[in-house]
Amino acid sequence: MNTHQATFVRASMIEASPAPIQTGGLAYWLRKNLFATPKDTALTIISLLVLAWLVPPAIQWLFIDAAWTGGGRGVCATVAQGGSQPDGWSGACWAFVNAKFDQFLFGRYPIEERWRPALIGILFILFLTPMLIPKVPYKNINAILLLVVLPILSLILLPGGWFGLPFVETPLWGGLMVTLVLSFVGIAVSLPLGILLALGRKSTMPVIKMLCTFFIEVVRGIPLITVLFMASVMLPLFLPQGVTFDKFLRALIGVSFFASAYMAEVVRGGLQAIGKGQYEGADSLGLSYWQKMNLIVLPQALKLVIPGIVNTFIGLFKDTSLVSIIGMFDLLGIVRLNFSDSNWASAVTPISGLIFAGFIFWLFCFGMSRYSGFMERVLDTSHK
Amino acid sequence: MAIGVTTTPEKSKPSGSIINDPQVRGIFYQVITVVILAAIIYWIADNTIENLKRANIASGYGFLNGRAGFDVGQSLIGYTSDSTYGRALVVGFVNTLLVAVTGIITATIIGFLVGIGRLSHNWLIAKLSLAYVEVFRNIPPLLVIFFWYSGVLAVLPQPRESAALPLNIFLNNRGIAFPKPVFGDGSQYVFYAFVIAVIASFFVARYARIKQEATGQRFPVLWTVLGLVIGLPLLTFLATGSPITFDVPVAGKFNLTGGSVIGPEFLSLFLALSFYTAAFIAEIVRAGIRGVSKGQTEAAHALGVRPGLTTRLVVVPQAMRIIIPPLTSQYLNLTKNSSLAIAIGYADLVAVGGTILNQTGQAIEVVSIWIIVYLTLSLTTSLLMNWFNARMALVER
Repeated sequence: MNTHQATFVRASMIEASPAPIQTGGLAYWLRKNLFATPKDTALTIISLLVLAWLVPPAIQWLFIDAAWTGGGRGVCATVAQGGSQPDGWSGACWAFVNAKFDQFLFGRYPIEERWRPALIGILFILFLTPMLIPKVPYKNINAILLLVVLPILSLILLPGGWFGLPFVETPLWGGLMVTLVLSFVGIAVSLPLGILLALGRKSTMPVIKMLCTFFIEVVRGIPLITVLFMASVMLPLFLPQGVTFDKFLRALIGVSFFASAYMAEVVRGGLQAIGKGQYEGADSLGLSYWQKMNLIVLPQALKLVIPGIVNTFIGLFKDTSLVSIIGMFDLLGIVRLNFSDSNWASAVTPISGLIFAGFIFWLFCFGMSRYSGFMERVLDTSHK
Repeated sequence: MAIGVTTTPEKSKPSGSIINDPQVRGIFYQVITVVILAAIIYWIADNTIENLKRANIASGYGFLNGRAGFDVGQSLIGYTSDSTYGRALVVGFVNTLLVAVTGIITATIIGFLVGIGRLSHNWLIAKLSLAYVEVFRNIPPLLVIFFWYSGVLAVLPQPRESAALPLNIFLNNRGIAFPKPVFGDGSQYVFYAFVIAVIASFFVARYARIKQEATGQRFPVLWTVLGLVIGLPLLTFLATGSPITFDVPVAGKFNLTGGSVIGPEFLSLFLALSFYTAAFIAEIVRAGIRGVSKGQTEAAHALGVRPGLTTRLVVVPQAMRIIIPPLTSQYLNLTKNSSLAIAIGYADLVAVGGTILNQTGQAIEVVSIWIIVYLTLSLTTSLLMNWFNARMALVER
């Protein structure tokens, strides 16, 4: 049985196997992400060509050829148009934005009184920043400062008329200040009102339910501009003679009502996602309706719909630009108003102003959406 | 209040005071609400009647028969300044529908492309799509409209220096001019041929499905239908002696003559609404496709279904279920946003209504017409989409 020769000695070398496919480094990344298939390669090349065609001229126009400083339309117009730039020149007119920057912030608010909105703005940033960082303590005091003290202070400082401060009527307000006041109040009003409407829509009382559903569906079915027209044209008709409302306040009411209808639908989605057991558990503990909602249902429901709530906020922020149609000067309105300034009229002024305004709007909206993503992760308790 | 299952008669009778009975309380609250509401409505109505009397405005819709006396920039149906206010409102409504329908079509195409692009394995395409979405989603649509209107289209050359594009299309600061088809004698036969081709295509598709279900053999439906829809009208066109000619815009001394012109108002509104809404549609499409579990694709591949067919027969039908409800609300948003037309003077329903409101002071009537029209549009779209959604919905057994 011992005939088996167990030892095996290779007589010749085997051929070297090919090097393993590289799974790291730039070449691998490029191959995997840009040139995986012939179709991918074609798409990549087309996109690169489009980018090469678009981006360098855009940078040239926005930064290199742009007129950054100057005191009038001359720096933004070619010689043929009566300016100082060579013929055929085209570039952004940042000098216009530079010169009108204060107006874009405060509108036609009197110059010597502009410290008031500026102070409110600084306080807003001071109170808001610690509020947004979850780790900073004293959230209760912070919330009172932001949601109670600041609005009262704004109410005193912005219109004035108290404590020897000269009165500044709202038609003089404008710019980013109006945009921010409208959105802040709109957000502060629409969230609680939206929650109430959503609870009303889910109520077992038929009259309340019908009224809330009617309000929500009608407001959601019509464009904001008709709501604003209603607020600006029809509200005066509804009030007794002599009682007049401030135009700014009317727009504020219109925007808040409009946003709360959308908010109500978002909150309703959250309410529906909460299991029946939660409601029944609260009932069996003998909690009252408001205790049940405040302690059990709403904390869970609102957390679920944070993205929806923030999306509504973003929509509201963008929608404030519509007040420029009913003759108010928010950021967009004041930028457009300045197009007609003959001192600055040129072919590139409108587009430069609009790009600036668009960038400001974009910053705020993008910031909000990023923050909501962050909050979602912070609040995520991962037991879905 | 729900009483639930009552096993014994005593249980339904609450012990204790009547004040704590939720049913009694509910009725009490509702009665109070109704009373307060009625009081407010009465007060508002009273004030309104008083105010209207003082301003000498006759209420009612009689003003619709009055002479409008203003011109509208663009109208699909016949309209002169001698037409009635009612006619003007109809013109506005048609213009609203026009920009909404064209906008919806373009926004859907761009949105689907960008949404699929965001899921692409190609890094560059995915990042470009992401940039598109993040830019357009976070800028107010009104600003985008102004961007096109006063930023881009207003600085295009004068009509006599129009930029010439291929196919005899000209671009200038009064809009885009393109050849207008002129329907000569016999052109109706081309139209009939087109209708016949569409009907025939329907039957071809049916026949192909029945045949495939019976024998398993596939019939090249796409090519047949394309051939029918394009070929049949084309053959008729040639057979009847080319009855359709084109009126080409020609550069005159100061302006272009001939052809059709689409004004910058429509163009800016259309472009802005399409680009803005497309960003939202892209996100919806992405969420929809991501919502179909990977197992579905893998199962299809395991069955030997080719990748293209997997997408078409397995992934897309399931993704559509997730996509359709939010897509509907985006379509409605686009329709409602078309009311921003008033900012640049495109004669849509709100712009025309605003002019009438300023001329006649009939605020309540005009606003009520707006509300009724937009609500009808919203409800009709919702109904249609709900019907479509019900057909697509998962059938659970």
